[in-house]
Amino acid sequence: MSRQNWILIAILVLMGLIPVTGSRYYVFLLTDILIFGLFALSLNLLLGYTGLVSFGHAAYFGIGCYACGLLIKKAGLSFGIAFAATGFFGAAAALIIGFFCVRLTRIYFALLTLAFSQIVWAIVFKWNSLTGGDTGIYDINFPKFLDSRTKYFYFTLAVVSISVLILRKIVNSPFGRILMTIRDNPERTEFIGINVKLFQLLAFIISGFFSAISGGLFAVFNHSIFPDFCYWPVSAEVLIMTILGGMYSFFGPLVGAAVLLYLRMEVTSYTVYWPFILGTILILLLFFFPGGIVGFIENQIKRWRSSK
Amino acid sequence: MSFDLSFVVLQLLNGLTNAMFIFLIASGLSIIFGVLGVLNFAHGSLYMLGAYATYQCVSLFVDSPGQFWWAVIAASVAVALLGGIIERLLLRRLYHQEELNQLLLTYALVLVLGDLARFIWGVDQLSVSRPAVLRGAVEILGQYFPKYNVFILFLGPCVAFLFWFFMLRTRWGRMVRAAALDRETLGALGVNVDRLFTVVFMIGSWFGALGGALVAPVITIRPGMDVEIIINAFIVVVIGGLGSFWGTFLGALIVGPVYALGILVFPRLSMIFIYVIMVVVLMTRPWGLLGRPLQR
Repeated sequence: MSRQNWILIAILVLMGLIPVTGSRYYVFLLTDILIFGLFALSLNLLLGYTGLVSFGHAAYFGIGCYACGLLIKKAGLSFGIAFAATGFFGAAAALIIGFFCVRLTRIYFALLTLAFSQIVWAIVFKWNSLTGGDTGIYDINFPKFLDSRTKYFYFTLAVVSISVLILRKIVNSPFGRILMTIRDNPERTEFIGINVKLFQLLAFIISGFFSAISGGLFAVFNHSIFPDFCYWPVSAEVLIMTILGGMYSFFGPLVGAAVLLYLRMEVTSYTVYWPFILGTILILLLFFFPGGIVGFIENQIKRWRSSK
Repeated sequence: MSFDLSFVVLQLLNGLTNAMFIFLIASGLSIIFGVLGVLNFAHGSLYMLGAYATYQCVSLFVDSPGQFWWAVIAASVAVALLGGIIERLLLRRLYHQEELNQLLLTYALVLVLGDLARFIWGVDQLSVSRPAVLRGAVEILGQYFPKYNVFILFLGPCVAFLFWFFMLRTRWGRMVRAAALDRETLGALGVNVDRLFTVVFMIGSWFGALGGALVAPVITIRPGMDVEIIINAFIVVVIGGLGSFWGTFLGALIVGPVYALGILVFPRLSMIFIYVIMVVVLMTRPWGLLGRPLQR
């Protein structure tokens, strides 16, 4: 096994040991990080690997939240079945929306994803009888076999680990290479006989699937869901996580989610002006660390190695 | 629900009033995109600051005649200056970078400016009273329509016309139009393009702030109005065509009444209609109804 894999296993084991310390705080924070880390990783399949800027990923996260929440609360399904179905709702929505979006490029693609996500938000917000409208849905309880924060943490860790494994397989497969070729030069990719739009759509669907999974995890973790989870600032926040960590490395978005959520937890215990701090961090990042945290560290390591 | 004619006409007039507000705001967004190529999320924040600054100035200029008008001018100019500072210090450095970074910078400004407003003015709802001359209402088909709205209905087209005249007939207007088409050639002709960009961003910011200042008497000023308005402004410029001035006017004339009349027929679906129009326009004519395809 490669050295990177050993490091990953070590990190996984360390995370698995966190509940042993008895800190409810870290169990809570780590569950949050895992969920949003998966969300950011799935966004990055489009952003960093396919070169498509989606400004509407809140839609798939929100659809995941509401699919899972509604199947449990309104359809009376058990958690297992509801959660298993969640990803497919996201994938189906991504198929329909992506079908239209991949026809556009660059800023128009971003605007169309934004418009669609706002439609999803408006439907959730206005369909009172189903979604509860502005008041949202409450009392989405942990299922019986996961009836504590610690058990739910292990469940999240397992789901996210498997998802990450699959995503990593995908980006390292020939399929993933084609996505990167499309990112680097869509015209030339077309010339060598690859159906660019089809591959972009497939990436879109996979991304929607895993975004919805993270939404489903979050719905139960948070015990309640609101239309705000589909509102456009959520799309902006997950973009920030992704580029904070670094969109050109596989684990970058996960690192970005971890740093952002940890900082938010710390900062909000001192001041209510977290958005101001996040905005400042983002500006500094754009000017001084364009490769994100992981990109910066990789550069430093390269420089250190070459100076040796 | 009553559907008698006078009610529908009044609702249409309300929709048109909103169209004029959104036109003022969106025209700033549109000119900034047209010339600088930046989709400015922070435009909603400038609009919000325009409203807050108007509130502040009205309470500063209390007891002076025409306080509201002076407040509108002072507030919008102050925000335009802030826009100039933002362009000079921050945005300028990202022109050569990819669109995503520019987008994220303007979103960072949304966060920073939003919190700044919250820090200065708190989270309470604030309001500005209408100027004395425009209090009261006029009677239209037996319904009452506020005088202030009548004023806005006249002001919108006047501003549109004046700005169009400025763009078409003045030296600055010609330079702005030239910059939108080909900034390199314009620079080679000896025009200071850097300064022009700052001025354009200030003009755009001024429009946003003016929209906020003028809307202050008819809404409650509160945190969150920035992120709500920006999407509506995006819809209007996308429908009309990113960077197209009259397109923005047309977009506003579509969105305002469609929303106002839609709410009478399908109260729940009105908002969705507007997003659907945006989607349909993007699908069929991504450059908008009156825009031209992007060549860059």
